[in-house]
Amino acid sequence: MTILKRVGRSTISWTEDVGALSIQFLRVLHRVPRILPVVGRRRRWKATVHQMLFIGASALPMSGIMSLCTGFILALQSASELRRFGALEFVVDLVAVGFTRELGPLITAIAVSGRSASAIAAEIGTMVVTEEVDALRAMGLDPIEFTLAPKYLAALITVPCLTVLSTLCGIFAGYVFLAFSIDMTFRLYFQAVSEAILLRDIFLSLLKSLVFATIIVQIGCLEGLRVRGGPEAVGHSTTTAVVKSTFLVIMADLMATAGFYMMGWSAAG
Amino acid sequence: MMEENESVISIRDVSVSYGEKLVLNRVNLDIRRGEILVLLGGSGSGKTTLLKQVLGLAKPDSGTIVINGVEITSCSEDELDAVRRRIGVAFQAGALFNSLSVEENVALPLRELTCLADPIIDLIVWMKLKAVGLADAGKLYPPELSGGMRKRAAVARAIALDPEILVFDEPSAGLDPIVSAGLDELILFLKNALRMTILVVTHELESAFRIADRLAMLYEGALIAVDTREQFSRETHPRIRQFLDRQPDTISGEAAVEFIKSYLRKS
Ligand SMILES: Nc1ncnc2c1ncn2[C@@H]1O[C@H](COP(=O)(O)OP(=O)(O)O)[C@@H](O)[C@H]1O
Ligand SMILES: [Mg+2]
Repeated sequence: MTILKRVGRSTISWTEDVGALSIQFLRVLHRVPRILPVVGRRRRWKATVHQMLFIGASALPMSGIMSLCTGFILALQSASELRRFGALEFVVDLVAVGFTRELGPLITAIAVSGRSASAIAAEIGTMVVTEEVDALRAMGLDPIEFTLAPKYLAALITVPCLTVLSTLCGIFAGYVFLAFSIDMTFRLYFQAVSEAILLRDIFLSLLKSLVFATIIVQIGCLEGLRVRGGPEAVGHSTTTAVVKSTFLVIMADLMATAGFYMMGWSAAG
Repeated sequence: MMEENESVISIRDVSVSYGEKLVLNRVNLDIRRGEILVLLGGSGSGKTTLLKQVLGLAKPDSGTIVINGVEITSCSEDELDAVRRRIGVAFQAGALFNSLSVEENVALPLRELTCLADPIIDLIVWMKLKAVGLADAGKLYPPELSGGMRKRAAVARAIALDPEILVFDEPSAGLDPIVSAGLDELILFLKNALRMTILVVTHELESAFRIADRLAMLYEGALIAVDTREQFSRETHPRIRQFLDRQPDTISGEAAVEFIKSYLRKS
């Protein structure tokens, strides 16, 4: 009985999450045009620039270092296996394709999720507790437009940029390994990489990063807006936001990769 | 008394509950044009909850609220926004936006809801800040303000669009007596000079009797008295007497045992 209850309860809460997320997502799409420069309302774009600096700059060192390390680990691990078959040069393909299609977007998303999902939930949750959200609504202004829209737009711009940067970091780590182990020149490595990666891989990588950005910001905001009661509820919401967004990012990645695999887009070449 | 005065806000049989707990139980209240109505009640008696209903921030479980002839409990979102534009609110802790300076906070409704040119907005902002005595603090950010200044800034933002109705949640809570008295004068000034209808929520008796035209008292989710100042101070309802005479709750032996039991069960 208790197990059934638990399953039922978590099913309900997941369904609720999905419903609330869809509504929020549609509302923010509807509001985004208002915060664009030129076509939007006066001075609104400034908030987006501010958020871009916050989301982008704060996650840059973290995602860069994580990608460098992971790139190096991937090269080391695969080299120890591939060396036995005398196929060490395939390390290049593995690192290049692995990072472009998979690890670049994923590592970036995890870094951004850790920093920004919690920060967004904390910021919006605090606004709920201090009645700032109520103040906006009481003025006849839309909290989604003022709090979520700039963050979402900023994430849609910065997360793909971060993804490209961390992919480059990972691929560079592969070069460092090969330069030390088999004295590969940078020119040769670059050539091998550009042969390994297809334009389609880059496109898929950017597509994934947009989906991840959406998940992170929407979850962070949803958890923030759900805060009820005092400041201690804010702390709880930040933890929930990070856990949920990281989990959903990985689920979405799994679904995307499985989908591409079944559509036959998996093999490079 | 002033029978010809129409009511600007009328609250009819409004009930609200959170989960099992009934916070407002069939509340009826009319606020007349040009008056200051003070809503008294202990902490947790549901004062803020009632305010949020009046602002349309939450829907009551049952009952209706009519503001300026619009039934906000059943109207569309656009109609509600139109009503809200004629109501200014100063929330309990100010609810200023921390990322904006005081000036920008006051300018926000003007910028977003009107199409006035920037120089005119700047002028209006300056006038409003002057009216609440914050003309020098416009460039500061909310965390740099003292408690009293924050409340004044919130008032300046609330009156930015020259509302007909002004709503205050606990204007004097957490302020020292001098600052609190200053805020009372500000509220009286807004009523007399700008002819606003004002609803003030508070649990400070002194301030309530200084500013109120009429007082209402909320107890256990129900309004137990709505009266003019003079009549209110002669009320005989035990709870009001207790409030007016500042008597503590006496705990009977049974209640104390119950309390300790429930406390132990929780922990
Ligand atoms: N969002 C909410 N969810 C659950 N209970 C709430 C909520 N808001 C207020 N309450 C409860 O309702 C009661 C009245 O709260 P409130 O209107 O804030 O009181 P007051 O402003 O008079 O101090 C309190 O007991 C409070 O715990
Ligand atoms: Mg309150």
